[in-house]
Amino acid sequence: MGASHGHRLHYHGHSPIHRAPAHLKLAGLVVFMLLVVATPREWVWAFAGWFGVLVAVVLVSTVPPTFLAKRMVVEVPFVVFAVLVPFIATGPRVEVLGVGLSEPGLWAAWGLLAKGTIGVLASLTLAATTEPTEILAGLRRLRVPDLIVQIMGFMIRYLDVVTAEFSRMLVGMRSRGADPRSPRHWPTLARALGALFIRSYERGERVHLAMLSRGYDGRMPDLSRSSR
Amino acid sequence: MSVPVLDVRGLAHAYPDGHQALFGVDLHVHRGERVALLGPNGAGKTTLVLHLNGILTAGAGSVAVSGLPVVEENLREIRRRVGVVFQDPDDQLFMPTVRQDVAFGPANLGVKGAALERRVTEALDRVGMADFVDRPPHHLSFGQRRRVAVATVLAMEPEILVLDEPSSNLDPASRRELADILRSLDVTLLMVTHDLPYALELCPRSVVLSEGVVVADGATRDVLTDDALMRAHRLELPFGFDPGSVGSLPS
Repeated sequence: MGASHGHRLHYHGHSPIHRAPAHLKLAGLVVFMLLVVATPREWVWAFAGWFGVLVAVVLVSTVPPTFLAKRMVVEVPFVVFAVLVPFIATGPRVEVLGVGLSEPGLWAAWGLLAKGTIGVLASLTLAATTEPTEILAGLRRLRVPDLIVQIMGFMIRYLDVVTAEFSRMLVGMRSRGADPRSPRHWPTLARALGALFIRSYERGERVHLAMLSRGYDGRMPDLSRSSR
Repeated sequence: MSVPVLDVRGLAHAYPDGHQALFGVDLHVHRGERVALLGPNGAGKTTLVLHLNGILTAGAGSVAVSGLPVVEENLREIRRRVGVVFQDPDDQLFMPTVRQDVAFGPANLGVKGAALERRVTEALDRVGMADFVDRPPHHLSFGQRRRVAVATVLAMEPEILVLDEPSSNLDPASRRELADILRSLDVTLLMVTHDLPYALELCPRSVVLSEGVVVADGATRDVLTDDALMRAHRLELPFGFDPGSVGSLPS
């Protein structure tokens, strides 16, 4: 339906994974992640298995691996943290390439990396194969509280509006000689972010007024097309 | 004669911070009229608009819509009767698709299923946006979003359409297209605007609000050619625009 050339995380396709009902995919993702997180990190082979399952799903979905790989950058902060752990953690030391590292730290880093990577990749696969509106419908079918689903819906709707507003602010900063990338101008950047927060908050109030003006009473009305 | 669609009497309002925006406003709009509400920034125009559908409640005085007073227990019906189109379409269009957005108002009124779908299609048809029904609003051009914003309110079948700065941020072509659409609607219209030529083009009658009171109410051409009035209330025509020289207006 709706040929919305939607979200930057979404990859248009017609695979069985794309067509599967959103609530099944969501439930599948949650169960899969619970299993992954519950797996003891010493069971290295089990993680290979989980990863294999995930790769199979990605292959079936026809989403190009590079598409997902590029979007895996969100994991970078966790990777940095994981790399630091073996240096900082205490406990018995082991020699790796001539550097003494904490053994429990290495295990912790491995666990974090393995579980984090599988988690991020699985979530990205869901996002790549499911339109945001379908995810919301799926959450509703899974009986997630309506208020939470509404908030997520607004987040999706206004993400682009707020990003566009922020990029206009950045253009404004650059035009007046501040480089948002340079640490010297980070205080300015922080103030701009503060202003963005206030603006978004005020927009939220205006949206609420517009909703009230059209008879909103706290519950999302039934918008389905067929009367069931 | 008939009950006015909009009957504002002695309306006064002070914000919680003590700033008083309206000092006794009287305004009557009858069925089928198209009225422009003019006035400088800070005159209280938006405050007045927010009273018309009960977002703000009167400090003193009263507002009635087709005889129904704007009070707490009537709000649902009041908001059906008064359709407000806000200035920024991004504030008005908050649903993931155009269809859901246009359906939002009537669905709140209890319209369902096929009847709801019919409302959506009709409203979008009236603003020439029926082909965009499944698109997300943020992928439309600004002019298209403004038209969809009008449709979201039309779908509620209001008795009066209140537009806040309908021509702002529109390029001349979109501005003209919107004028054509507004003229084609068979609905009572109150239009808040700084765009004086637009007021002259669309609204036979104008009301000037200044410092919280109505200072003029008459034929738009008479208001715009009253130099003393215009100067006294910071209203200025665009350079080179002479309302007296505009020939017959489109009806």
